[in-house]
Amino acid sequence: MSQTGYLLAVFLVMMIATFITRLIPFVAFRNKSDHPLLMYLGRYMPPAIMTLLVLYSLKSLDFTQTPYGVNELLALLLTTLLHLWRGNALLSIFSGTLLYMAAVQFGWFI
Amino acid sequence: MPSTMSAAFRASIPVMFGYVPLGMAFGILFQNLGYEWFYAPLMGLTVYAGAAQFMAVGLLAAQASLFEVAVSTFILNSRHMFFGVSLLGRYRAKGLKKLYLIFGLTDETYSLITSTHAPEGHDEQDYYLALTALNQSYWVTGCALGALFGANVEFDTTGMDFALTALFMVLMIEQWKKLREPYPFVVALICGLVALLLFKEQMLLVSIALSITLLLFRNRTTQVMS
Repeated sequence: MSQTGYLLAVFLVMMIATFITRLIPFVAFRNKSDHPLLMYLGRYMPPAIMTLLVLYSLKSLDFTQTPYGVNELLALLLTTLLHLWRGNALLSIFSGTLLYMAAVQFGWFI
Repeated sequence: MPSTMSAAFRASIPVMFGYVPLGMAFGILFQNLGYEWFYAPLMGLTVYAGAAQFMAVGLLAAQASLFEVAVSTFILNSRHMFFGVSLLGRYRAKGLKKLYLIFGLTDETYSLITSTHAPEGHDEQDYYLALTALNQSYWVTGCALGALFGANVEFDTTGMDFALTALFMVLMIEQWKKLREPYPFVVALICGLVALLLFKEQMLLVSIALSITLLLFRNRTTQVMS
């Protein structure tokens, strides 16, 4: 197989493998969307997954070494406080992100 | 009244600030393999999976077999199986539209779809489609920019992808405002910390499966008691 042929074959295989993981529940539970158990999961899974995504995006923090995750934690604190105060998603996210970028690029805190 | 598209654009701006620099990082890495630049955005268009695309760079460099590629991609993305379970009632679109919504179901798209709504009087399905397509367009754009300009970019984007962490945080608060019940948050926090300590590489898959089990267990016990 040529190099380009190999590359395109890899794309195809990955496209199918990824799509299948996303498709499985829709096929497995076809016509079952009003089952009480699935409605229960539809209500309680999003909050749980959002919590897990926050944790996951912090997974490479190391609290035993400098900078002890201080940049991430301060930026998240700012985002959280602003969001509880003003409730404006874009304002909260941009303030936190700008603080984080400045902190890591200029070494503000440590 | 804001249109569906402008509402979706507004909601997806944080994803743009996350996906463009991350896609660029992928494009730069991909260029080291020596293929033409346009294969990077082509991969974003056809495969559209962040972590799996980064993994693929290593597999391509090692000339991994297609079987190995298929298995590692499936394992890495298997957490997505759980996303659909909670979207069955939301995805009412039919045919190709529905297939595209499922194809484009990334962590970030899932988060926006479950936490935000179409403007009053507008079709929810069109709003989901707009969100999904906008998010993918940011990713493809990032892949193209990274592969085309690579290390020549003047603006330092270090830390910009923190926008995704901040987005998840904000959406978690929004979920709290809607639900006002601590159970799913506490369960996820505990499962997440346990999975981080024990299975760092497969943290999301393990913690999502564990959380669902505990959520279902609680559903069962409340039913028995009432």
